[in-house]
Amino acid sequence: MPAELTRMTAAELSAALATGEVSATEVTQAHLDRIAAVDDRVHAFLHVAADQALEQAATIDTEHRRGTRRSPLAGVPVAVKDVFTTIGLPTTCGSRILEGWHPPYDATITTRLKQAGAIVIGKTNMDEFAMGSSTENSAFGPSHNPWDLDKVPGGSSGGSAAAVAAYEAPLAIGTDTGGSIRQPASVCGIVGTKPTYGGSSRYGVVAFASSLDTPGPFGRTVLDAALLHEAMSGYDPCDSTSIDAPVPPVVAAAREADVSGMRIGVVTELSGEGYQSGVLSRFAEAVELLESLGAKVTEVSCPHFKYALPAYYLIAPSECSSNLARFDAMRYGLRVGDNGDRDAEEVMALTREQGFGAEVKRRIILGTYALSSGYYDAYYGKAQQVRTLIIRDFDAAFGQVDVLVSPSTPTTAFALGERADDPMAMYLADLCTIPSDLAGNAALSVPCGLAPENGLPVGLQVMAPALADDRLYRVAAAAEAAFTGRWGHPLLAEAKGLLS
Amino acid sequence: MTMTDTLVPFGEAMTRYEPVIGLETHVELGTTTKMFCGCTTVFEADPNTQVCPVCLGLPGSLPVVNRMAIEYTIRIGLALNCTIATWCRFARKNYFYPDMPKNFQISQYDEPLCTNGWLDVPVGEATVRVGIERVHLEEDTGKSRHVGGATGRIHGAEYSLVDYNRAGIPLVEVVTKPIAGTGADAPAVARTYVTELRDLLRSLHVSDVRMEEGSLRCDVNVSLAPRGSSRWGKRTETKNVNSLRSVQRAVEFEIERQAAVLDAGGRVTQETRHFHEDTGTTTAGRSKEEAQDYRYFPEPDLVPVAPPRDWVEQIRAALPEAPSARRARLRAEWDLSEADMTALTNAGALDLVAETVAAGASPADARKWWLGELARRANETGAELTALTITPAQVARVAAVVAAGTLNDKLARQVIDAVLAGEGSPDEVIEARGLAVVSDEGALTAAVDEAIAANPDVAARIRDGRVAAAGVLVGAVMKATSGQADAARVRALILQRLS
Repeated sequence: MPAELTRMTAAELSAALATGEVSATEVTQAHLDRIAAVDDRVHAFLHVAADQALEQAATIDTEHRRGTRRSPLAGVPVAVKDVFTTIGLPTTCGSRILEGWHPPYDATITTRLKQAGAIVIGKTNMDEFAMGSSTENSAFGPSHNPWDLDKVPGGSSGGSAAAVAAYEAPLAIGTDTGGSIRQPASVCGIVGTKPTYGGSSRYGVVAFASSLDTPGPFGRTVLDAALLHEAMSGYDPCDSTSIDAPVPPVVAAAREADVSGMRIGVVTELSGEGYQSGVLSRFAEAVELLESLGAKVTEVSCPHFKYALPAYYLIAPSECSSNLARFDAMRYGLRVGDNGDRDAEEVMALTREQGFGAEVKRRIILGTYALSSGYYDAYYGKAQQVRTLIIRDFDAAFGQVDVLVSPSTPTTAFALGERADDPMAMYLADLCTIPSDLAGNAALSVPCGLAPENGLPVGLQVMAPALADDRLYRVAAAAEAAFTGRWGHPLLAEAKGLLS
Repeated sequence: MTMTDTLVPFGEAMTRYEPVIGLETHVELGTTTKMFCGCTTVFEADPNTQVCPVCLGLPGSLPVVNRMAIEYTIRIGLALNCTIATWCRFARKNYFYPDMPKNFQISQYDEPLCTNGWLDVPVGEATVRVGIERVHLEEDTGKSRHVGGATGRIHGAEYSLVDYNRAGIPLVEVVTKPIAGTGADAPAVARTYVTELRDLLRSLHVSDVRMEEGSLRCDVNVSLAPRGSSRWGKRTETKNVNSLRSVQRAVEFEIERQAAVLDAGGRVTQETRHFHEDTGTTTAGRSKEEAQDYRYFPEPDLVPVAPPRDWVEQIRAALPEAPSARRARLRAEWDLSEADMTALTNAGALDLVAETVAAGASPADARKWWLGELARRANETGAELTALTITPAQVARVAAVVAAGTLNDKLARQVIDAVLAGEGSPDEVIEARGLAVVSDEGALTAAVDEAIAANPDVAARIRDGRVAAAGVLVGAVMKATSGQADAARVRALILQRLS
């Protein structure tokens, strides 16, 4: 029984919990057992919340026996990226500088998950402060791709993606700043969504780049991702950038799974040189599939997308240089060198020197430089202008089509260590995902097959206008149904080794 | 003062140089909650009891703008004749300091909420129109206390304690345009500007504007140009000048110091300076060369502020009468000279007199009591007039009783003493002490006759036409009636008997 429970989707677990066929405690225990069995190899988790999770599960079971059910996710485990604050659990952001910090408050999304009855099963590994595409920048060691433990699970939300792909949790939440949900979802062969910016609350999400950070869901199916998307989203008065509008009907769209008559645009600029051949061939098949399902496919040019990556690497570091200034040893977290002889400034400097990893320092220095007087206009100012041009590209494109599609990443999962010393190569992993972040639009990655050359998963990216997140699920669910029908099983069933 | 500071006497400096001044005034708004969170803002609460994840800058926390702070700032901007922005943003000012929870301050940079206004400042008989460059909104920092060490500053301290209760309290900064052409009046203009601004803010009910509690703090900019030159000199910015008197002294000192530097052929360094209350001097802080690069950029955690025009107009319509306009109106109504009015204002008696008049006293009586007897009593105890335990209504009652002839001034003073001593209202005191002038003509006439009989020599002199001698007899009658007689009436009776 327990082994099967971990193979069930969130929707299936939800149904079984509703009928009383299984208890929240059984479901939670099964996933805790799975974590105990495989996480020494996957290293998806930084903290496993066994006690808290079982306590929560017992509460939900009591409620279910009394006939009250909080939501479809009541009793369903969720893994939470270690960037969300959680009362009673550490929140490290994958950084030494926050080692041992126990936040005194819950993120809005943590609260919503708890109120929905979802079981917070643990905190997942991530690139330090969400800066990276492989989890190799975690101060606590990398996570491993369940498809091939020598490969990266993507990042920065690599722990969350790996946990879901390795059946350690049916659902997980992450954050997407430049692709940190869609890229790991793609390379782990699962579904991941970056909702519209402002559609999901940032309150209690330790900031990397405030104008870009967007919390979103992971699931093994499109419907599962939609269920979590709906539960975690919505207006939050504690986040000024939160949008006061109804959550788009993502669950309904995932159930309809109908693309007939939809206009789908293939982005010219997101293909060609630098893209792995198996990625391009699987993407082309996905486009043909959607056309066969009744979608009208055209090619759309977004001429400024080629400037998205450089613009991103000015805006995100600029904001991070300011956001990460608060880690100064004065109030919480690591404190280095406070021996009574050193003054506050020296302790701050020593703490930051030892507490931050190389990539975080690189971006703080980059951002500090880009915002400096005399350079602001040439760097930060110019990057914001590029951002406006990218928004206009999207506006023009969405004047012609309902959604845009592209590969989610230029390549499949790369080997651990392969790009660790080459920041530029690492940055290219987010080439396809960054434009939607800069524009604040919604986007999602759904599996579309395995690259023939290495048997690793390829993701199809779907992009929609702001607040039209439901279109993502409509398209992705249609593709998922058609692919699963063609393959005869979900893509994850093809994974070898750990997952078989 | 450092050993190297030489000074040129102020009067002499004024013969060679023309000062240009500028003032940046920080005002803590009196909102019940902080700028970006719901924490309360009670003054002198126990350290770190009015804090939350937002104002402590905990990881993950986010600011939300306090609507009331925006409204207060617009109120100030409108009262200072400013243009209110239709759209503006907050900005981050980045620098490291232990009492700054986020190591950046949310402030406004190139898009302030209010711009381009003015405030009229009376200086002697003239009025100086001080231009207002901008009024913007920001958050206050925490407060550090450096323990041990000689200076109380962070360097040399054994350890430091930080209280974050003040962190995140809304702070408005009012920046003047350069004020030129005021010559030797510059120190007085600076002081009067701050006084006027303080009174204006108080009338707007946006702040308790207590300089001694730090809810109003001034930075004073001073530069000198040689007389006749149109080019302004390098300016210094003297920080945290925290009393009206200090504002004036800081300007004076900087003029005297900069004049000496220029006289010696030197150049004034553009720098931040610290004012020292005890000596009235300034010392150098950071120079421009070592000034911080604050790396301002638009605050990405906040959406732009776009106050709707109808809201701004509602706020404008609800503005109270400006203190200067009110003063002009009251001066006309009370028929006072400008000097009388200034005396009243400087004594802090304007509101008290206005309330006393409103309670029924004549302006002359109200002025007489507050600037006379009550000012003397306040002066004796070193208290403000407003701190006296007598209300304007009670003063008006005393004046009314005197006007009705029931009390004379001497008895009225006794009543006031008793009210101040907490013996009750004027009517209760009069009742309890049996105070009232003797107005029984028969009793008075008998007392007068008695006095005449007891002083035949004086009576003879009065009969000879030397009426000034009547004072002796008046005194005798007053003594005989224990002071409870109307002296004027007594005098009239004496003259009548001896005519």
